[in-house]
Amino acid sequence: MYGSIAYLGYGLAAIGPGIGVGLIFAAYINGVARQPEARGMLQTIAFTGMAITEALAILGLVFAFVFQGTNPN
Amino acid sequence: MSPNMVSADMVTNLVAAGGEDGFKTPGVADFWWPLIGGNSPWTLTRPALVLLISVGILGWFFVSVSRKLTVVPGKTQFMAEGAYNFVRNTIGRDIIGTKDFMQFVPLLFTLFTMILVNNLFGIIPFVQFPTMSRVGIPIVLTLIVYIVYHTVAIRRKHGVLPYFKSLIPPGLPGWLKPILFVLEFLTYFVIRPLTLALRLFGNMLAGHLMLLVFIIGGEYLLLHGSNLFLNFSGVLAFGFSIGMTFFELLIEFLQAFIFTLLAALYISDAVSEHH
Repeated sequence: MYGSIAYLGYGLAAIGPGIGVGLIFAAYINGVARQPEARGMLQTIAFTGMAITEALAILGLVFAFVFQGTNPN
Repeated sequence: MSPNMVSADMVTNLVAAGGEDGFKTPGVADFWWPLIGGNSPWTLTRPALVLLISVGILGWFFVSVSRKLTVVPGKTQFMAEGAYNFVRNTIGRDIIGTKDFMQFVPLLFTLFTMILVNNLFGIIPFVQFPTMSRVGIPIVLTLIVYIVYHTVAIRRKHGVLPYFKSLIPPGLPGWLKPILFVLEFLTYFVIRPLTLALRLFGNMLAGHLMLLVFIIGGEYLLLHGSNLFLNFSGVLAFGFSIGMTFFELLIEFLQAFIFTLLAALYISDAVSEHH
């Protein structure tokens, strides 16, 4: 059995952005619950923050494909 | 051959080999669909055809709608106006600012509708190919945005050198300036375009790959599974793939929105006077 450890690395790399996106939307929900009229403004900020946080996970995904290594057999 | 062999081996051991050559895990290779021209760089591929179809549909739809505008909008006009208002107000006006958002609305609207239709093609039956899962197409879209926001910034700041100077936030101690300049330069010129293209590509590729795994795997378990339990889990995988399709629908809308939102955000950075 052989494989690429890069996929495992991607799994690890996805933890951080996962937590980050969760925190962003928790804050967004909190903000909207406290002040529903601020929804429009918060939405843009939340999605921008999500996009920036998510970038790390996407870089991980791409690197998982790039650094696959070669098959020893 | 490929690292996918691990899971393939595991599945073939789990399911007593019923098919001729066992289970083939779907991979990136499944996204290469040459139609005309064999394997050359000038091949007409399936995503290229889908892209052309989407451009045709969008052009026909918006031209035919805007030809017969009425004061009381019909159903199609309401839809077109809704999409336009969304891009114009939520993305354009709120982010770029009321002063000069109007000149960028055509670009943003084209980006949004094109990415949306192409993403939706990923789950529309008989087309079922997300065009953006071939990295070349998001790269071209990003290149357009990249050239636009740098050109606008250089024009607004009257030259390349003032633009570079404006990258450094004001009021910093002297020794911090070179470090921050390198960071900001990397952000503006490398990281922003890179993530803009790869976000769209990665989301579409991963989502479609997941659907492939559930549908192909479900088919294999259902037809080639050695016992009743495996057949039943094949049915379960099919059911799950239907749920994932609806999740994909959400992601497809979200990605079209985020791409346009970030494009608008980069343009608003370029337009603003300070920084």
